[in-house]
Amino acid sequence: MLPALRLGQEVFGYLSPAVQRLAADRLGTSPARAEEVATFYVMFHTAPIGRHLVEVCTNVSCCLTGGDRLFEYLKHKLGVANGGTSSDGRFTLREVECLGACGTAPAMLVDEEMHERLDPKKVEEILGRLE
Amino acid sequence: MSETLILTKRWGKPDSAALRTYRADGGYAALDKALGMEPAAVVDEVKKSNLRGRGGAGFATGLKWTFLPKDVRPRYLTVNADESEPGTFKDRYIIEHDPHMLIEGIAITCYALDIHAAYVYIRGEFAKQARILEAAVEEARAAGILGSRLLGKKDFDLEIVVHRGAGAYICGEESALLESLEGKKGYPRLKPPFPAIVGLWGKPTIINNVETIANVPWIVANGGDAFAALGVGKSGGTRLFGVSGHVNRPGVFEKPVAYNLKKLIMEDCGGVVGGRKIKAVIPGGSSSPVLRGDEIDISLEFDAVKAAGSMSGSGGVIVFDDSTCMVRALARISKFYAEESCGQCTPCREGTSWMEGIVEKIEHGHATAEDVAKLEQVAGNIGGQTICALGDAASMPVQSFVKKFRDEFLRHVEERRCPYGDHGWGLDQSSRPAVVGGVRY
Repeated sequence: MLPALRLGQEVFGYLSPAVQRLAADRLGTSPARAEEVATFYVMFHTAPIGRHLVEVCTNVSCCLTGGDRLFEYLKHKLGVANGGTSSDGRFTLREVECLGACGTAPAMLVDEEMHERLDPKKVEEILGRLE
Repeated sequence: MSETLILTKRWGKPDSAALRTYRADGGYAALDKALGMEPAAVVDEVKKSNLRGRGGAGFATGLKWTFLPKDVRPRYLTVNADESEPGTFKDRYIIEHDPHMLIEGIAITCYALDIHAAYVYIRGEFAKQARILEAAVEEARAAGILGSRLLGKKDFDLEIVVHRGAGAYICGEESALLESLEGKKGYPRLKPPFPAIVGLWGKPTIINNVETIANVPWIVANGGDAFAALGVGKSGGTRLFGVSGHVNRPGVFEKPVAYNLKKLIMEDCGGVVGGRKIKAVIPGGSSSPVLRGDEIDISLEFDAVKAAGSMSGSGGVIVFDDSTCMVRALARISKFYAEESCGQCTPCREGTSWMEGIVEKIEHGHATAEDVAKLEQVAGNIGGQTICALGDAASMPVQSFVKKFRDEFLRHVEERRCPYGDHGWGLDQSSRPAVVGGVRY
């Protein structure tokens, strides 16, 4: 089910009820099974998101090195709250839990790729490269 | 005396993840040796080695392997690469720098236990690591190491599947991991039966951490006794300790299991930034009870840390300097457990949110002394009341933070504000390279 939903998300952008049903049908199971999985895991999106997903870790080790300041900075810059999408549809920003990069904190994922040892300048560069 | 390096020896070498690099350094010779031994003899070496699980519980690996029922087939091996406990960041580097060491460990373990299918459950956020591991598995398969004949020598088929998670801390809990592998939400299972008896798809399953399995080739090559000799008592070998927080050189350090915690911080990590004092240390991932700065002159060996009132857990050490607000630190930890509680058991689902709310209230100066008492009461009613250990993992930090830093909690109440402000939060990382197994990041 997890690989099926991941594929569905890659192809359709997010897991709408129709995509969940499609995954369930192909696996010969009920849509409820697909929905409970789609809504349980944070990497599955059941609503549309921006063209790029920016996920900032604010767990302890990242906070000690500025992770929450970075998150506040990005909220301000993009004009969004946690989970929000910028008005141009370019970025969805959200706070996430520990990414396993505590020694190279602070860390964030952009479209599932990890970026570490961040500061505002580095974040600007990374986001600036994206359409 | 030069320190023995088992796990980090090749980290940072050019193309360290490539099969030819691994082979040039003697890689897969241990598998070759194992194939010339009786499977039971391989298990005996692991038992003799005193290898204990590196995922957090520290359970004796060889003993765990003997729990498999004799006559039930198929059996499965599941390697836990869900590394999600805050403060823990070691397994990812094994996969990044030396994936074939893990693959060889898997192959030897499967041969020893008559297992023909192994699953590596890797957290979804480790996209890069999953790609590296998949490429290495493919390389091993193409070279005839895996497949229908192990090393092209022995009629023993073995498939390794890399399975990505999708973002859920709970899936590091072994039975939730199995549920997730089976395509379900990660709800932990009632135990007993334990996975060794009824595991993946109802079949006997061994679940070991990445670091645990990565030690197996060395144990076979050098003998269980040599591995045991690196440790003390019932703990053998070396371990990867990941240090983060307010230290000059954060990173992953391979040290003997009984290495001294204070030495790790003050010498290997170069002490605390700005020469400040250590206020507190979390020794084994965010769920392990916190130690005060004056309690850290201890061995990191599992039983020694337990005797000091905490847990060596996953080896994730988080250091806080004396400017840090411990209430704020606890608030963030409590938020994590509230976020990650799967919701199956009421004490954990409700209790973790309560604790988060009360700690936040204290941090913001809106709490009374009764709230502090209530916090302790709620924490005391979660541990031991739930299906899995997440309930304990959430309540242990709360209980230990309040116990060790009660004055600080009460000061927040009395002053109706956080007396620390932003101090300690937002250290500039750019001047501090991380050191991971000798590699600078």
